Formats: sequence, structure tokens, C-alpha cells
Amino acid sequence: MFGLSKKDTTFLLIVCFLTLATPILLQPFPEGSAGATFNAGYPDLMQRFAIFGIFAIGFNILFGLTGYLSFGHAAFLGVGSYSVVWMYKLLDYNVIPGLLLAIVTSAIFALAIGYVSLRRTGIYFSILTLAFAQMSFNLAYSVLTPLTNGETGLQVYTDDPQILMGENSPTSPHLFGLVMRDSVQIDIGGWLFTFNIGYYFCAVIAILAFYLSLRIFRSPFGMMLRAIKTNQTRLNYTGLNSRPYTLAAFVISGMYAGLAGGLMAAMDPLAGAERMQWTASGEVVLMTILGGAGTLMGPILGAGFIKYFENIFSKINDNMLHQWFGWMPDGMEDALIFISHFFVGKSWHLTLGLLFMLVVIFLPGGLVEGGQRIARWVRGRRKKGSGDDPEHHPKPAPHVAE
Amino acid sequence: MDAIILQVLNGLDKGSAYALIALGLTLIFGTLGVVNFAHGAIFMLGAFCAVTLQRILSLSYTVVDETRTDFLGNPLKVDVPYVEGWFGEATGQAIIEWSVPLAILFAIPVMLLIGFIMERGLIKHFYKRPHADQILVTFGLAIVLQELIKYFFGANPIPTPAPDAFTGSFDFGAMIGFAENAIIYPYWRMIYFVFALVIIGAVFAFLQFTTFGMVVRAGMADRETVGMLGINIDRKFTIMFGIAAAVAGLAGVMYTPINSPNYHMGMDFLVLSFVVVVVGGMGSLPGAVLAGFMLGILEAFASMNWIKDILPGIDQIIIYLVAIVILLTRPRGLMGRKGVMEE
Repeated sequence: MFGLSKKDTTFLLIVCFLTLATPILLQPFPEGSAGATFNAGYPDLMQRFAIFGIFAIGFNILFGLTGYLSFGHAAFLGVGSYSVVWMYKLLDYNVIPGLLLAIVTSAIFALAIGYVSLRRTGIYFSILTLAFAQMSFNLAYSVLTPLTNGETGLQVYTDDPQILMGENSPTSPHLFGLVMRDSVQIDIGGWLFTFNIGYYFCAVIAILAFYLSLRIFRSPFGMMLRAIKTNQTRLNYTGLNSRPYTLAAFVISGMYAGLAGGLMAAMDPLAGAERMQWTASGEVVLMTILGGAGTLMGPILGAGFIKYFENIFSKINDNMLHQWFGWMPDGMEDALIFISHFFVGKSWHLTLGLLFMLVVIFLPGGLVEGGQRIARWVRGRRKKGSGDDPEHHPKPAPHVAE
Repeated sequence: MDAIILQVLNGLDKGSAYALIALGLTLIFGTLGVVNFAHGAIFMLGAFCAVTLQRILSLSYTVVDETRTDFLGNPLKVDVPYVEGWFGEATGQAIIEWSVPLAILFAIPVMLLIGFIMERGLIKHFYKRPHADQILVTFGLAIVLQELIKYFFGANPIPTPAPDAFTGSFDFGAMIGFAENAIIYPYWRMIYFVFALVIIGAVFAFLQFTTFGMVVRAGMADRETVGMLGINIDRKFTIMFGIAAAVAGLAGVMYTPINSPNYHMGMDFLVLSFVVVVVGGMGSLPGAVLAGFMLGILEAFASMNWIKDILPGIDQIIIYLVAIVILLTRPRGLMGRKGVMEE
């Protein structure tokens, strides 16, 4: 089905199911119970899962397949956001023209930046992309203020033309009348499920994006990209010019980033320059590596993992800690709470940094490799010596930038 | 003419910081072959050495001053720093006031130690891993260090003033024969520049004129052969890592009066320092220093008003622009050696 092998089709269907059922799956604890803090089924967070999933999938097409480590992907994210908000300002709040423009402009940006940066490899490539992204960020902050509204961030004002705006048009982002921030809440025996239109919009796009990346991974083009990662020199010796392939991968991943940026503005009609800062580029690198670069599922896992724990960890406060550790002897409770302070609340980035270091040191293949190792271990105990790899994605090759 | 000199001077202090950080980065890269994304964090740790020392020196105990009373008529309680109690009031206050220069002495052993621990504990295991892994793990380390500092010192910049003798500015123009008040330059920036020159000179002299430096240089050129001569090159390289950390740390200590340190100052400098290293040429020490000063000065020139009128925004992007042009026309950087980090 869909031009995929049977295994991939099942895989895709599983991903579809998981994405569409997210509002239910991420709400395992009833409202008001002690575990309710760990619920993640609210629209804002779910939208971020989908959007950063798209961003990471796109980044993975470049980094995971070709091994080129870009430190400037946030520039495309910002460009996408600005495009969408400009379409709001000029036409109306319908998201479709904005998203199309976001993809087109980010593709043009990616083509220009990629054409120059891809002349170098390894760390030089990383520095070049970083330099371009920082340039865009600095310009968006200062000189391009008429275009980007500088520090305030671009937003829609009442005196904007909005030429397509009719009498009854919604005054927030919508898809042909379906308002993004509308949601349906269903209360089933204490469990509150929120089905948000914006989330489902992102989710459908994320599934399409995933399907596309699946096709790329399985295509001859994807094979060529892997060949570039494995040994570019040898590829050149066979008489192939690898530049068009890397450039295509760069532009595709730039378009994914632009789309993700556009969706951010589609959920919340704002665009700020800080989306282009290099820390934002660093974040997508973290997500991809944490999940497992070069695997299909990895980037999505990584994005979900980071966004989930970012939200949950920063919500944990002293009262909750006291509740959890209350059953312990006093001294132990205080000591544990003191230690936890390093890792929760505002210090969540410390946890992220440590986790990331541990993954790079011990699990170069990311969470996916961890899962595979556990699966292999379990299987090895049950039945010795089953040779083939039943996982649906290729084994993560070591991610090499050179 | 005086405008040009003023801009050169303005570029020197930032250029010095770039040069010192880039020098350390290049030392680490040239010796160990490791791309260290945590070097900006080391610079920041150095700055916080100065803050820590200032805090330690200001530790106080409370005494009851019988001669003065508060508004209720009770004897007034005053905080007296321990150093004032030990050395008398005048000396004590002078010591606290001079905490930034004193922090140099404090920072050297601390930064050397941090360097050793980092190298032995983490970097050692990454010699043979690809550069991408090195970048990633040190990037993670930088986040961890940054967050630890944020945890202990808070997110706001902490003012650490220079000694009173060096605050304020002096008329540099009048000293070299220009009109008065044409070139006014703050004392501390001049000191920072001279300090940077001394450190850079010391590092070069150390590498050039000592046996240890000779071995290190030989090891940079051909590590294997030096190892075969029965020299434990790994240990020497570890020491060089410590020295590189100390150089960045000292750059941070002395930078505190120019810019109050906060936890993300390292990241801000790191990106630029990497650009500096690449422009200077990976693995070339003189290249790193030259590029550091050059880019600092270029940045100062680009922020002149009449240049900004012609090319708006140029001051924001000049460094990146130069880096892109140099990388595309001279892939090896200004003074890069052949065969270093090429494919």
C-alpha cells in the first residue's frame, strides 16, 4: 500500500494510530489525581510534539542520511514563521497560503545557504551554516525591523490590509473556517480528553511529512544519501557528483523546517527573531541525536521526549516533591529534595544536558538503539541465536560528520 | 586619523577575548584533535572564579557596635568581613576591592584542575570518536556547566567592579600627541589588552623555549613518532588541556569588569570564537591570535556611524560575513596548515 513494503505499511499505520490517538493516550491519569501532572494531553503541548516532530524529521533527512551536521536550521524555522504571519497581515487568517509561502521561502533560503555551505564538509560546514543562521538572526533583530518588527516580534495589527478578510471571517488562524484553537472536550468518568483542531491539523501534516521521509529513506535517492555519509570520496571516484544530492537533501530538510516554523505561527499568530537563534538549532540537534540519528522513528521520539520532559520537569515544585518523598524519614526526605532541586523546575536543562551527554557517550544510536538493545536482550534470553533484525528501520550507523 | 585609532582601540578588548579563547581552542584542537564546544563554558567558569573569590572575601561576621545605635536606641549590628577583622580595616577593604586581579591567582589552579578533570574524565574517551560526537558531547557538557552556574549564582548578571584605581578613563590621544579629549579610553580595557598580550606571549614562549613545549610541538606534528621515542605524550597533552582551560579562564576573570558575568556569556563568546578559529585556520596558533584581533577590530570599525549609514546592519554580521568569504576562498583559513581537518 502507498508504494511501501508490507512491513513499512504496518509501521506507517501504527504511527498514524499513535499520532491520531495522542489526546487519549497522553491522558492516562484522571483529572485531579496525583498523577495528573504527568498528563500531556493538552493542546499546546501536543501541537508542539507534532511541530517539533516535523522539524526533527526534516533535520534527520540531512543529518541522519548524509551526515552533514547543520547548526543553522533554526533560520528556516524563523523564515517559515515570518512568512505565515505576513500572509495573515496581507490576506487573512487562513493558514494555507501562509504555509505554502513558508515552504517556498524556506526552500529558496535553503537553496542559497546550502549552495554556499555545501562546498565545505565536516566542521567547516557546521560553522558556515551557523554563521548564516546567526546572520539572519542578527539582521532580523536590527536592520530588517520593517520586515520582522525586531524585538517585539511580528504580529497582526488592526490596521493591516487583510484584503481577503470578510465580515464573518474568524479573527484567529483557521483552515477555511475551522478555527485552530477550537477544541472539543469530552469527559469520560473523570478522564478529560481534549480534541483540538489545531493539533489534528498539525498531526495530519506530521503524518504526511513522516510518510514522505519514509519514502525518501527507502528510495534510491535515500540510498545515495547514505552512500555520501559512508564514503563520499569513493562515491566521487565512481564518477558521481554528490553535490546535487546533498543540496537536494539540504533543501528538503530546510522546507521541513520552514513548514514547522509556519505551523508554529499557525497555532499562535506570532513570529519572533529568537526562533532563529542558534540555541534553537542546537535543540533540534539534541532531539535528533537523543532519539537516534538516521533512524525513522528516532527524531520523533527525541522531539516528543524532550518536549514532554521539558514541560513536566519544569512543572514539578516543592510541594509535589514533599508529597512524593513524604513517607521517608525526615533527613532522607530533605536530602532527596535537595538533590532533586538540581534537576527539576527551572534547572530542567541540566537534566537535559546530562541525559544528552550520557546518550552520546553510551548510546550513540540514541533511544532507538537503547530500545533495540533491550529487545535483543529479551529475545536472546527467550530464544538463543535468532539472526535477523525484526525492527522495521535500518540499523543506526554511527553518525559521522566527515 | 584619531577616529581610526579610537576604533582600533575599541576593537582591542573584544579582540583580546576572542584571541585568548581561540588560542585555547586551537591548543586543544592541535594537541588532542578534539573540537571542544565547552570552551565558552570554561571562559564563563573563569569569570565566575572572580565572582566566587569576591564572595569569599566578602564573607562577614556580625559584631555589635556599641558606639552607634539604630533608630530604636539598640546598639547597631554591623557586618564586618573576615579579612577586615584579620588584616585591619584599610588592608581588608583594599583586598576586597582588588578581588578581580587577585582572582587571577585563585583562578589558575582552579582552572587547571577543572581542565585536568575534564580531559581525564570525559575528553580522553573521545579521541577516537568522530568530530561530530566530540562536538555533541562537549555541547552537552557546556549546557550542564551553564545550568550549574545558573543554579548557584542565579540568572542575573553579577557586577564585579575593577579596583577603584582602574575605573574611569584616560586621555590616550593626548599621550601620543593628538588633540585633547579626542581619544578617551577606559583604563581597564587597556589593562585587558596588555594582559592578553602577556598571556599570549607566555603561551608562545612556553611552547617555543622550553623542553616541554618542544615535546608538545613535536607531538602536534607527529604524535606517533614522539610516542615511539618513549615519551608519554598523552600526559603532556593533558597538561596542555589544563593550560588551555587556564588561558580561557583567565580571559574570563579579567573580562568581568568589562561585562558583568552571567551564565550564558560563554555561549555568546563560543560561537564567535569558533568563527575566529576557523578564520585563523584550524590548528594554527598564530592564526587564531591574528584572526581574533582582526575580527575584533573589524567589528569595531563596522559599528562606526558613517559605515552603518552606508551599509545598515553591517556591524551585526561583519564577523560572519568575513568568515563565510574566507572559508569559501581560503578553505584552510588564514594560516591553516595543510592536511588539518580537510575531508
